[in-house]
Amino acid sequence: MTSSLITVSYLAAAILFILALGGLKDNQSARRGNLYGMIGMVIAVLVTIIAFVTQNYTILISVMLIGGVVGFVLSRRVKMTQMPELVAILHSLVGLAAVLIGFANFLDSSFNLTGVEKTIHEIEIFIGICIGALTFTGSVIAYGKLSGMIGGNPLTLPAKNWLNLFMFIGVVIVGVLFVGEQNHFDAFVLLMVMTLIAMVFGMHMVAAIGGADMPVVISMLNSYSGWAAAATGFMLSNDLLIVTGALVGSSGAILSYIMCRAMNRSFISVIAGGFGTTSGSKRTVSAEVQGNVTEIDIAETGQLLNAAKQVVFIPGYGMAMAQAQHAVSEISKILLAKGVKVRFGIHPVAGRMPGHMNVLLAEAKVPYDIVFEMDEINNDFPDVDVSVVIGANDTVNPSAQEDDDSPIAGMPVLEVWKSKTTIVLKRGMAAGYAGVDNPLFVKDNTRMLFGDAKASLDLIIKAL
Amino acid sequence: MKISVLKEIHVDEKRVATTPDVTERLIKLGFDVVVETGAGIGSNFSDEAYRQAGAEIAPTAEAAWQSADLVIKVRPPEQNIALGKHEVDLMSEGCHLISFLFPAQNEKLLEQLAKRKITALSMDSIPRISRAQKLDALSSMANISGYRAVVEASALFGRFFAGQITAAGKVAPAKVMVIGVGVAGLSAIATAKSLGAIVRAFDTRPEVKEQILSMDAEFLELEFAEDGSGEGGYGKVMSKEFIDAEMALFAQQAKEVDIIITTALIPGKPAPKLITSQMIESMRDGSVVVDLAAEQGGNCELTEPGKVVNRKGVSIVGYTDLPSRLATQSSQLYATNIYNLLEEMSPQKDGSILVDMEDVVVRGATVVNSGKITWPPPVVAVSVAKKPEPAVVAEPPAPLKSPSKVASIAKSSLLPMLIGGSALFGLGLVAPPSFMAHFTVFVLSCFIGYMVIWNVAPSLHTPLMSLTNAISSIIVLGALTQISSDNPTIMVLSVIALLITSINIVGGFSVSQRMLQMFKG
Repeated sequence: MTSSLITVSYLAAAILFILALGGLKDNQSARRGNLYGMIGMVIAVLVTIIAFVTQNYTILISVMLIGGVVGFVLSRRVKMTQMPELVAILHSLVGLAAVLIGFANFLDSSFNLTGVEKTIHEIEIFIGICIGALTFTGSVIAYGKLSGMIGGNPLTLPAKNWLNLFMFIGVVIVGVLFVGEQNHFDAFVLLMVMTLIAMVFGMHMVAAIGGADMPVVISMLNSYSGWAAAATGFMLSNDLLIVTGALVGSSGAILSYIMCRAMNRSFISVIAGGFGTTSGSKRTVSAEVQGNVTEIDIAETGQLLNAAKQVVFIPGYGMAMAQAQHAVSEISKILLAKGVKVRFGIHPVAGRMPGHMNVLLAEAKVPYDIVFEMDEINNDFPDVDVSVVIGANDTVNPSAQEDDDSPIAGMPVLEVWKSKTTIVLKRGMAAGYAGVDNPLFVKDNTRMLFGDAKASLDLIIKAL
Repeated sequence: MKISVLKEIHVDEKRVATTPDVTERLIKLGFDVVVETGAGIGSNFSDEAYRQAGAEIAPTAEAAWQSADLVIKVRPPEQNIALGKHEVDLMSEGCHLISFLFPAQNEKLLEQLAKRKITALSMDSIPRISRAQKLDALSSMANISGYRAVVEASALFGRFFAGQITAAGKVAPAKVMVIGVGVAGLSAIATAKSLGAIVRAFDTRPEVKEQILSMDAEFLELEFAEDGSGEGGYGKVMSKEFIDAEMALFAQQAKEVDIIITTALIPGKPAPKLITSQMIESMRDGSVVVDLAAEQGGNCELTEPGKVVNRKGVSIVGYTDLPSRLATQSSQLYATNIYNLLEEMSPQKDGSILVDMEDVVVRGATVVNSGKITWPPPVVAVSVAKKPEPAVVAEPPAPLKSPSKVASIAKSSLLPMLIGGSALFGLGLVAPPSFMAHFTVFVLSCFIGYMVIWNVAPSLHTPLMSLTNAISSIIVLGALTQISSDNPTIMVLSVIALLITSINIVGGFSVSQRMLQMFKG
């Protein structure tokens, strides 16, 4: 295969990838986009196999088959509520692959580079492995947190920011030594040292972030996995890897930016520590929430919903935890059939990853034209008769607007308290992930329905 | 603890202090409930219904009184003519009593209770604070009075409330004026509105304007600034000028409206006289005035408490027992208020009550505690009248960029541009052409990514992540170029890399497909 032919094939693959991402602009074109992505991948893999692989075909094919089957089974078995976990673990695989390929490339002595080219190549290897390693361990920790194997609270080591800085400087020093090192074995040791530091760095970075910041972390790791691919592309002088890595990297970066904006927090402050650590001293000053919660029972909830003309559901992570999306969908259908105007309001950071709630609602077959983003629905709340908050907390917290001392002050929130009645489904009176009291619960027009969201909703279906 | 529910002996009193539903809930709280036979008849609750709810039926009043640890009633205890004894004397010593007691008017009764070592809580003395709203029996009763006032008015009024165009001609809607917009007034407004009348309302407290408008009624305003908000969410006595202006307004309205409902009360004082005989005489024949303040002397000069009088074709209703005229509803709300009080007083839910004089609500309601008169209670700050204004103010529109801001933007973007520029320059100095070619591709791809990703629908962010995840496994190409290496270490490393990226490729695309399939809607 001529190198021009290879280049053309890679170009085609790159264009198909861009079209794949571009297709996600709406639901109709999205499935075609995914198909483009698959075709691009097949072209790239086939061309590479034809052009570069000269032996070990059996291993290659069997390994790809095994991997493919595992991936397929994984993707069919995963519950929609577990999407964040799946995405996190897939990120970790990209990171690990980048590390392995980087090391293999370092061991490969067939490159005969000298001077600046050699230095640049070594820097590329170094950066590729570094990003790959921290993506790997960071994603593993994120997976642990999301699946509940590791507690969701932020790990706060003393002087953690200094620790991060120290590790960063360490990586830079090791990098300088590595590039200058002529002895191949010593260079290998330095590379290992750097990999270890990067792994610890990745773990520590994610461990220090609280549960509510998870959407940012996932997007950030998404971005890193892209940069790792791009760095590997530089190392291999492969433009397709560079293009794809850059696409994925910027995609993750934009998502992180959107998530941070939705929480009114800067990227740095998310990385530097979870909620409650930066504002710990303020919290004691900020007004304790006072007042009485008013409880409501299933029958009354049913009556309220039956009497309403406009209902808005606000799902949060609690809905995902309770697997309640089908029950919610069922209720919305009953109400729609009665001529009630039913809508869903989704906060950008609801759930544990960007778009998490949309996926769950789509799974439960909620028509997507009644699902609205926060900005689209926020002005309509005064006309809404009943808002039903299902397992959301911080995203509907009025203290973001009313209390300047609140840790979440300034965060855009869904203004449910402006609706005539708000029903909050909740397990108990615990604070949300941000650890902030929610004055919504004691407002005069708020009714609390305690208990497991799914059980409650199933009973409401009967009541309707 | 044994709770006794008595049949009310006050003339024409139809209410009862608990209902079968609430009886059941009381029993769940751990109480035993005894109901005097026939207690619920006036409210349409049979002995059988109580029995089914788990109550014991006492055959006589004496039996019910004497077996009780706690008596719940509607009206204050009075002389039982049939038994020839005062109800207080029927109680065993040390017993508890929860009822309307009106301690200000019934000092003698308090002394009697104290003598019998009774602990008495008066439902009308519950402090009007937010926390106690669910115990506020006065509000419950006022709500019913307001409703019933309109119903009584419509029964006497010879016309529709709502306007209609019929084959037999046009019917004009009735015009209703409500004076005093407390709980009763609001309830009257809502009821009259729902019957289709045109409703106007007046109150001396400006903060109720919003509530009146929210019910689609008109707010009658004086061109006169004086705030009539008194303590406890009631009105206060106004200045003479204000009253003159107010009376002029009523006189003028009286000529226009068909129905007047008055609810104006000032605590501890006789009701203000707002509707004079002249105003009544100026009203159209067939008009109706319902005076909810009749018990406190009436807002209308011609009101006779407990009766309907007719003056020159205008009926003036002075019933003082409006809640009793809707006995089933009143009993139900009153019983719930009492239940809520007992629930507060029984934190253990073990069927015993605790008279905690530290608790503001219980302290306020307790007028006699184990034989000691504890009325009046110390003053409590009231928070009910003013609902907190929503503190949320729409964000001010973004100010136009002032010159200094533009300058600072220029300054703030200048620095990164300089740094970026010099970094690129430095790179151009040292980097070989082959690297620069890749670098160009990289930077341009970042921009393409930036443009493309902003167009992605927010609802598709999760599929976006799984899809980018799949395509970032393009890193598999690295493994593929290395797999044919003769170096076994490299080969093994690339095989592992190939395995995990294969998982990723298939897993990523397949899960994206699965999700996008769901979005088909």
